[in-house]
Amino acid sequence: MADLTAGPDRIDEIRASYTMLTRKKRIYGGILLALFVALMAAGFRTADMRNAGSFGDGITHVFDYPAEVLGEAVEKAAQLPGNLLRFLPSLVETLNIAAASTLLGAIAGIVLSLLATRGLARWPALIPLFRRVMDILRAIPEIVIALVLIFILGGGPVPAMIAIALHTVGALGKLFSEVNENASLKPVEGLQSVGATWPQRMILGVIPQVGPNYVSYALLRFEINIRASAILGFVGAGGIGYDLRNAMSWGQGRYDEAAAIFVLLFLTIVLVDQLSGYFRDRLTHGARA
Amino acid sequence: MTTFSTDLGGTQGTAALKAQADRLFQRKRLLNFGLPAVVLAYLTYVFFAFDVPGLYGRASLEHARTLVADSYSYKTHVTRDARSAEVTVAIEGERKGTYPAGMSPDWVARGEPGGTTVIELGHGNEVRFLPGNRVEYDVPGYGLIQVVSSRAGGVEVTLPAGPVPSWISASKSRLAVTTDAGRLNVTRTKAEVFRYFTGWELFWFTLDSPYYGMGPLTLLRHAFNGEAGAIWDGFWHNNMWHHGEVAWALFETLLMAFLGTFGAAVVALPLAFLAARNFTPLRVVRFAMRRLFDFVRGVDGLIWTIVLARAFGPGPLTGALAILVTDSGTFGKIFSEALENVDDKQIEGVSSTGAKPVQRYRFGVIPQITPVLLSQLLYFFESNTRSATIIGAITGGGIGLLLTQAIITQKDWEEVSYYIVLIVIMVMALDWFSGWVRRKLITGDEGGH
Repeated sequence: MADLTAGPDRIDEIRASYTMLTRKKRIYGGILLALFVALMAAGFRTADMRNAGSFGDGITHVFDYPAEVLGEAVEKAAQLPGNLLRFLPSLVETLNIAAASTLLGAIAGIVLSLLATRGLARWPALIPLFRRVMDILRAIPEIVIALVLIFILGGGPVPAMIAIALHTVGALGKLFSEVNENASLKPVEGLQSVGATWPQRMILGVIPQVGPNYVSYALLRFEINIRASAILGFVGAGGIGYDLRNAMSWGQGRYDEAAAIFVLLFLTIVLVDQLSGYFRDRLTHGARA
Repeated sequence: MTTFSTDLGGTQGTAALKAQADRLFQRKRLLNFGLPAVVLAYLTYVFFAFDVPGLYGRASLEHARTLVADSYSYKTHVTRDARSAEVTVAIEGERKGTYPAGMSPDWVARGEPGGTTVIELGHGNEVRFLPGNRVEYDVPGYGLIQVVSSRAGGVEVTLPAGPVPSWISASKSRLAVTTDAGRLNVTRTKAEVFRYFTGWELFWFTLDSPYYGMGPLTLLRHAFNGEAGAIWDGFWHNNMWHHGEVAWALFETLLMAFLGTFGAAVVALPLAFLAARNFTPLRVVRFAMRRLFDFVRGVDGLIWTIVLARAFGPGPLTGALAILVTDSGTFGKIFSEALENVDDKQIEGVSSTGAKPVQRYRFGVIPQITPVLLSQLLYFFESNTRSATIIGAITGGGIGLLLTQAIITQKDWEEVSYYIVLIVIMVMALDWFSGWVRRKLITGDEGGH
């Protein structure tokens, strides 16, 4: 128990030390804030200097390009449905790249995450190895693998799919192994006592516990992968990004195509975002019960 | 999950219970077998939609081999021009890697123009450039290959007796010999020898640097003798690898991520208050803010990058702004959700002491959301370094630009692997750093903010 008989001396001491602590904290906070502001300002100046056009000049022209595109799209509004239909196959390809890579990445991610979770791992000694593998897969940006694979395999959806899948393995593997850590070991032990092999223990004992979380994370990843697959298309891996680059390089007069692609991409992302948000909410809050 | 009724009395109850359990099992079984079947069917569809069987025809094994070999080894060219009879020794055949006139690697004994040059390829392999455009290649275990090339007569090859092995291809205009030790190509206009070495050529110093070829100990001695600055200069301005420029490009990528992430947070925080139910009673404002966030997020980073690149031109600022705009939508959403989960008691407590609204926000709200906010920010900062690499490849800034440039040349694969290694180290270092700060935030600094 605290000593309640302490005299006023003690209270003064406490007050003094409290004031000092507060002051110290405030000074630290102030220094950090000043440092942050200085860093932002210096960084902005450096970036501004290294840029082709300066911020001051550019800011007035931000809406020039969208206005041009929009203007032309409105002018040729009659062609919009046709254009939307024309680029639909590319959109499907982009979606397929995202979906296939999410699926493949999730499957490999599940295996890797189980191998890298303490208590579940098949070879506990190799846990650090599998973790490092996931770290490295996560660290390599998709574009690197995609560009290298385009050189070897030629253009098309496959390099993009492999690139995104590899990144997904690392990203999902980490999230999955965090989920695995919270899984109860009792079913696993029960299965082990009746002689189940490691794959059986995992499929029957762990996956049912963590399945909904897996699906929730995979849906989130699918959303991210659609964006990634559009970007990779832009550097030559097929899909809607590739069409977008072509439409843009045609320049003025073909902006109606660019506008159609913008619309398709926007609608898809918003739709998938809403859908996956809805399903993830159901999965985590258990609306099924 | 499904709950069973607790009514266990009577056989009817048991039967109903059993039927219920059966139905449940049926459904689970359907799900357990149906789901993998659907996944498999979809992957089969993708397999054919992406024309994976046709991939074999399109894929280039040749490219793969060059890529892998080039990323860990390099070749040195020894070339004799048929007309001038001059011999040049160049690493990767590049002008930047050419040995100056008086200098040769120790396995090349360079003669005067018109004289004899002897090239040792190791393991007893020896190529001799003889006067009169004659070339001899002594292959141990096979014999002597003799070539005479001339403008009029083409390439005349004399091989040892017996069938021509598959590693020699000889025609009237060209001789190509490929052995484990190296390669020899002779045409009418030139004779060329390639020797392969493991490693990244001239990584530390180029040939024109006085420190080329020195061991680490010798270098250290020179450094202690007051040459540290010159040594660093030779390394930093290495014009084969451009270490200085690469470091700057890495910094630019980090800068894009930093400006973009934290700029987005500064923009999003005040807007998030407007989108939170408990701070903005006006439904219209809330709705408008939310739709704004959704719109910004829905217009993908790719589109923002393109639009902004049109206005600001290529460079790191464009990349930073693209990240800033995209992420302010995401942050707005995350922050407003965090604000809606804020505990009212603390705010009431602060306002009961007579605090003004700004003070209420500062001492009642901000301390509650700081940990969530900071850990999200750090997480995004880390993932944005990766995005900045990608955006840099599109807008032209940072390491992403260098990387795409190196890939487009289709021969500097050693540089590509160097950049990849650097990017991976950078991202992993940041991953570790943000993890460390987040752990500190969560465990260390509990009470104060």
